[in-house]
Amino acid sequence: MKQIELEPGAVGRSPPRKDGADKVTGRARYLDDLTFPGQLWGRTVRSHVAHGRIRGIAWDPRFDWSDVVRVTAADIPGENIVHLIEDDQPMLAHDVVRHREEPIALVACADREKLEEALGHVKVDIEELLPVLDPLQSTHVFKKYRIEQGSIEEAFARAHRIVEGTYRVGHQEQMYIEPQAICALPREDGGVTIYGSMQCPFYVHRAMERLLKLDGSHIAVIQVVTGGGFGGKEDYPSVIAGHAALLARKAGRPVKMVYKREEDVAATTKRHPAVMKYRSAVAADGALLGLEADIVMDGGAYVTLSPVVASRGVLHAAGAYRWPHARIDCRVVMTHTPPNGAFRGFGVPQTMFAVETQMEKIAHELGMDPLELRRKNALQLGDVLPTGQKLTSSVSAREVLDAAAARSDYARKRAAYSRLNDVHKRRGIGLSLALHGAGFTGSGEVKLKARAGVELTERGARVLSISTDIGQGTITAFAQMAADALGIPVDDVEVADPDTSRMPDSGPTVASRTIMVVGGTVTKAAQAMARILQSFAAETWGASTVECVSGVFRAGGRALAPFAAVARRYLAERGPLVCIEQYQHPPGIEWDDKAFRGDAYPCYAWAACAVEVEVDLDTYEVSLLDVLQVADAGKAVHPVLAEGQVEGGTVQALGYALLEEHFWSAKGQLLNTRMQNYLIPTALDVPVVRTVLLENPYPSGPYGAKGLGELPMDGPAPAVAAAVLHAIGRLVPELPLSPDRVMRALENAS
Amino acid sequence: MIPVTSARSLQEAFDVLARRTPGLRVLAGGTDLMVAVNARIGLERIGHVLDIWRVPELRGVTWHDGTLRIGALTTYTDLMRSELIRERLPALGMVSREVGAWAIQNRGTIGGNVCNASPAGDTLPLLLAAEARFVLGGPRGERAVAADQFFLAYRKTALGADELLLRIEVPVSGRLVYRKVGTRKAQSVSRVILAACRGPAGVRIGAGCVAPIPLRCRHAEAAAGSGGDARAALERDITPIDDVRATALYRSRVAGNVLVRLLEAL
Amino acid sequence: MKFTVNGEERAVEVAPLKRLLDVLREDLGLTGTKEGCGEGECGACSVLVDGELVDSCLVPICQVEGAQVLTVEGIAPSGQLTPLQRAFVERGGAQCGICTPGMVVAAHCFLASGQPSTNEAVREAIAGNLCRCTGYTKIVEAIQEAAGGAGSAGEKAGRGFGCVYVDGDGDGDGNVARSRGT
Repeated sequence: MKQIELEPGAVGRSPPRKDGADKVTGRARYLDDLTFPGQLWGRTVRSHVAHGRIRGIAWDPRFDWSDVVRVTAADIPGENIVHLIEDDQPMLAHDVVRHREEPIALVACADREKLEEALGHVKVDIEELLPVLDPLQSTHVFKKYRIEQGSIEEAFARAHRIVEGTYRVGHQEQMYIEPQAICALPREDGGVTIYGSMQCPFYVHRAMERLLKLDGSHIAVIQVVTGGGFGGKEDYPSVIAGHAALLARKAGRPVKMVYKREEDVAATTKRHPAVMKYRSAVAADGALLGLEADIVMDGGAYVTLSPVVASRGVLHAAGAYRWPHARIDCRVVMTHTPPNGAFRGFGVPQTMFAVETQMEKIAHELGMDPLELRRKNALQLGDVLPTGQKLTSSVSAREVLDAAAARSDYARKRAAYSRLNDVHKRRGIGLSLALHGAGFTGSGEVKLKARAGVELTERGARVLSISTDIGQGTITAFAQMAADALGIPVDDVEVADPDTSRMPDSGPTVASRTIMVVGGTVTKAAQAMARILQSFAAETWGASTVECVSGVFRAGGRALAPFAAVARRYLAERGPLVCIEQYQHPPGIEWDDKAFRGDAYPCYAWAACAVEVEVDLDTYEVSLLDVLQVADAGKAVHPVLAEGQVEGGTVQALGYALLEEHFWSAKGQLLNTRMQNYLIPTALDVPVVRTVLLENPYPSGPYGAKGLGELPMDGPAPAVAAAVLHAIGRLVPELPLSPDRVMRALENAS
Repeated sequence: MIPVTSARSLQEAFDVLARRTPGLRVLAGGTDLMVAVNARIGLERIGHVLDIWRVPELRGVTWHDGTLRIGALTTYTDLMRSELIRERLPALGMVSREVGAWAIQNRGTIGGNVCNASPAGDTLPLLLAAEARFVLGGPRGERAVAADQFFLAYRKTALGADELLLRIEVPVSGRLVYRKVGTRKAQSVSRVILAACRGPAGVRIGAGCVAPIPLRCRHAEAAAGSGGDARAALERDITPIDDVRATALYRSRVAGNVLVRLLEAL
Repeated sequence: MKFTVNGEERAVEVAPLKRLLDVLREDLGLTGTKEGCGEGECGACSVLVDGELVDSCLVPICQVEGAQVLTVEGIAPSGQLTPLQRAFVERGGAQCGICTPGMVVAAHCFLASGQPSTNEAVREAIAGNLCRCTGYTKIVEAIQEAAGGAGSAGEKAGRGFGCVYVDGDGDGDGNVARSRGT
C-alpha cells in the first residue's frame, strides 16, 4: 500500500467544520432554543392500550378549556394519514388504536404548566382488544422477499456439514440527545411553515400536503440545527409536524412541540427486532456451499419504512461471502407495538449479526480458525451475489479483513488467550466482516431523481441541497466538494439552510447516500458552473483554456482575475447563475424490482472489526479492552469526519451488542423509557475506537467516494459475540450480550 | 407552586419540622427529589419542601473516639476528597466514585442515600456492614438508630415525620470491602451490591438489590463466622426479583460469587 | 433570587423549585445549556456552580442564591475560542453538537482541576456527559490536546492510523484510480 500525495484542494483534507464554532460556544440554535412570537406549546393525548376500539374522548367539563386548543381526527382537512409508503398510519387514531402511545388527540396552550395539567383532565375510553405482540405469531405480513440462487437442496445434499443457528436481536432506540422538536407556524396564505429537528424536509413537506390538503407552494419545511438523528428523525418528524400543524391551524398561532425524553422513547420509532434462522451447507475444507435463511422482522403497528428495512436486511443477509446456492426469505410483520423505523444500518446490523455469528459457528464446528474461514470465502472482484449482481469495482473484503487482523494482533492474541487459565476472568478476541450497499436500494434513486446544485455568490458559491447536516458534517463536506470543482477555497463556499421552498429535492438524508449521490450531484453542478464561468472568463478577458486554481482564474501561466471578480462581473452582466443537476446512476446498473434481482446497489463499502474482551466470571460482565474498525468507503472526503462516522457508529453498535435492551410488559407497554434505564455507552464503557480508513475508490463515485455513515454499525456486535465465544467457549446467539445471557450460556451445556 | 423553606440553620429546619405540615419533603442535593419534580411524579402529594442545602451543621466529616462522624449533607465528592475517609474508611470513598458520575457526585449526599432508602442505595450495604448508627434529630431532640434497624420496608425508614438525619456515625473497627455490580461503568444503578466487614465481633455482611430493603445477611454472617458455606447460607437471606436491570437468578448467582470473593479478601 | 452568571450579576423572581436549567434558558435567554433527559443522566445541562460541575436540570434555583454560575456562553466571553473549543472544532469533538456545551463545561472544569489528562482520567471526568454521535474518541483527544498533549508519558488517546491507500483499480501500479469529481 503506497502513500500517495494529496492533490491541491479541500477534498481529502480536514478543514475545521463550518458549524463547529457555533456548537462549541452554545451559539448554535436548536429548535427548543427558538422562541416564536405568540407561540403555544403542544402535547399529545395517547393510547394507554395496545389494541382497542375508541369509544369516546371525555374532556373534563370542570376544567377550564377556554384557553386550550383541542384537536382530534375530525379537525383534519385533508387525509388522516402520515404519508410515507403505504399511507396506512393515521395521523390521529379515530376508531381503532393499534399500539400503546398511539396519538389520539392534541392540546395546546400558551401556559406550559396549564398544558400539563390539561393532559390529566382528558380521558379516552377504549374497549380493549387482544393485541398481537409476538412477531412469530403474527399473520399480518407487511412485506416479504425471497432471494434465490442455484439449488439449495443440491448444496445440502453435497454438504460435508450442515450448520444451523437461530439469532435474535431486539429493539434499539436511537437516543439522539436532542429529543424530537418541531414548531409549526400558520401562514397568511392558509399554508404552514415548519421548523424542526429532522433528516428529511421533503418527507414532512409531502406529508403536510396530504394532511392539510395544501398545495406544495403553500408549505415550507426548514431544518434547524439538529441534535442527532440516526434514522430516528427520518420519518417520525412527519408525525410531530402534522400534530403541530393541526394545532397551529386551529389556534391561528405558532405551536411548538418538544418531546420529553420518556415520551420520545415510548412513542417514536426504533430498530426492527428480528429472529433469524440460518442453515448453511459447508464443504470439509470450509468452502461455503449454500445458505438457507428465514428472517422475521417486527414492524410494529404500521408499515412506515418496513418494506425497505426488510429489503435491505435481506439483501445483506448473506454477508460478505460467496454462496453458490442460496434461498433467503425475509418477512416483516405487524405487531401491536409502536411502529419501528429507520436506525443507522436499516436492517443490516440485524442480518449481519446473524450471518457473522453463523460464520463463527461454522468455524467452531469445523474446528477452523474464523479468520481463515472468512478469508477463504470473502467476496472478490468478479464474484456474483445471490441476487445475480457481479461485483465489478471497489471490493475490499480481503483487504479490510487482513488489515483488521494485522492491526489487532489477532493471530497472536487468539492463541495466547486460548491458553490463559484464570478462574475469574477470561479474555477473547473476535473479528467480523461486513459490507454495506451505498445509496438507495434497487430502483430507489432512479425513482427519486435527486436534484441539487450550486448558486453563484459575490464571493464564491452557495450549495443548494435539501440534504441535512445532522452531525455527520454534510455542510462541510459539500462545501469541500463544490469548492474543489470550482477551484476555490472551501471558505468561499457556503451551504444554504435546507428549506423546501428554496431548493429542489435531493432526497432524504439516509441510506449512506449523502456524499455519494447528493454530493456527487452537487459536484456535477459545480463542474457545470465552473465550465460556464471558464467560458465567460475566457470571453471577457480574451483568453483560451481558462481554469480556476486556488481561487484565481488563469490562462496558461497567466493570472487573469480572482474568482470573486469574475463572479461579480458575471452577476452584473448576466444575472443570477444557478446550476442544478439530477442524479443519474452510472451506466450498467440494472435492477428488477419484481424479480428482486440484479444490482441492488451501485457499489458496496466494506469494513472489518476486531474486538478484544474480558469476561468476568463472577459477574458475567463483558468489558471491552480494545476495539478496531477498518473501513473502506472509497474516498474520505474529510478524514476527520469520516473517522467520526466510524468511531460513532462503532460505539452505537457496541451499545447494541452489550447494553441496549428494551423490556415490554405482557400488555405491550414499554417498561424502560428513560436514559436511566435504557443504557447507551458512557465514555467509560468503551475504549478508544481505533480507526483505519482504506481508500479503494469507486470509479463512479464523486472523488471515488462511496457511502460510509451506516457501515460502521454492521460489524461490531458480531465481533463482540465472536470475542465472547473465544473467551468462554459459548456462543450467545442473541443481543445484547447482557451479563444475564452470558451467565445462562455458561450454565447451560453448550 | 410548591412552597419551599430554605433553612439557614438547624434550628430553622427544626422549626419547620415542628409544624408537621402534611406532605413535607426534605430537599438536599436534589438528585432524587428533582428527578421526581421533573417527571411530575407525586407532585400533588408534596405539601412543603424543606431545603436543607445551606444548613452548616449538617456538613463535615470528623473523627471522635474511634468513630467517624459524617454529616448528612456530605456529598460523594466530599467523601472522595476527605483525608479522614481515606484513612479510616476508604471503601466509602471508593464506592462514592462509582455513584453516578462527576456532576451527581458533587450534589448527591450520603444523607440522601440513606433517607431515600432505595434497596439499590450504594452506600447502604457498606454502612450496614460497618454497623453504622444514624443520628436523627428534630424539635423533640436527638436519637440514634442502628443501621440495621433503620430500613423497615420498601423505601420506608424509622425517620419520624418531624426528624432529620443529622449525621452517620461509623465505629471503625475492621477492614471493609465491597463490590458494586452496576449496569454500566458510570451513571449506573446497581444490579447487586455487597459489602463485608471483619470486626471484633465477627463478619458483617450488607447487601443491596436483593430484597425490598438494604439488609444485613445474618445467615451468611453466621456461616462465615463458623467456617460454613456462606454462599449457600446467603440464599436464605435474600429474596431477589426480576426487573429491567437483572433477573432474580442473576442476582442470586452473582451475590453468591461476589460474597465468596469478598470473604476471601477479608 | 440573586446570583452571578458568567461574571454578571442577575436577579430573577421565580418559583423556588424552578430548575436552574430553565432559569438560564427562559429567564436569562442563555440557551446554550441544553436539556436531553431531565433526570441528570445525560449531562447536556452541565454548568458550573461555584466551580463545581452540576446537572442544572437537578438544581432548584433556591439553592443558587449568591452563587457563581458558569455556562458554555461564559467559557469564551470575548468570542475568541479557547484552545479547548478550538480542539473540539478541529479534531471532530463536536458532531451534532447537542452534547457539546455540557461536554465543554465538563472538560473546562477538568482542565481547571489540573489532573493529568490520561485517557482514563478524561473519560472519568466526562462519564456523566453522554454523546451519541462521536463515540468519545475524538472528544478525549480534543481535551488531551487542550491540556497540552497526552497525560502520562508515551500515552496518547490512540489516534486512528490515518488514511491508507489501496490499489483499487487492480492494475498493479500502486496508484489509486483517481477522478476529480465524476
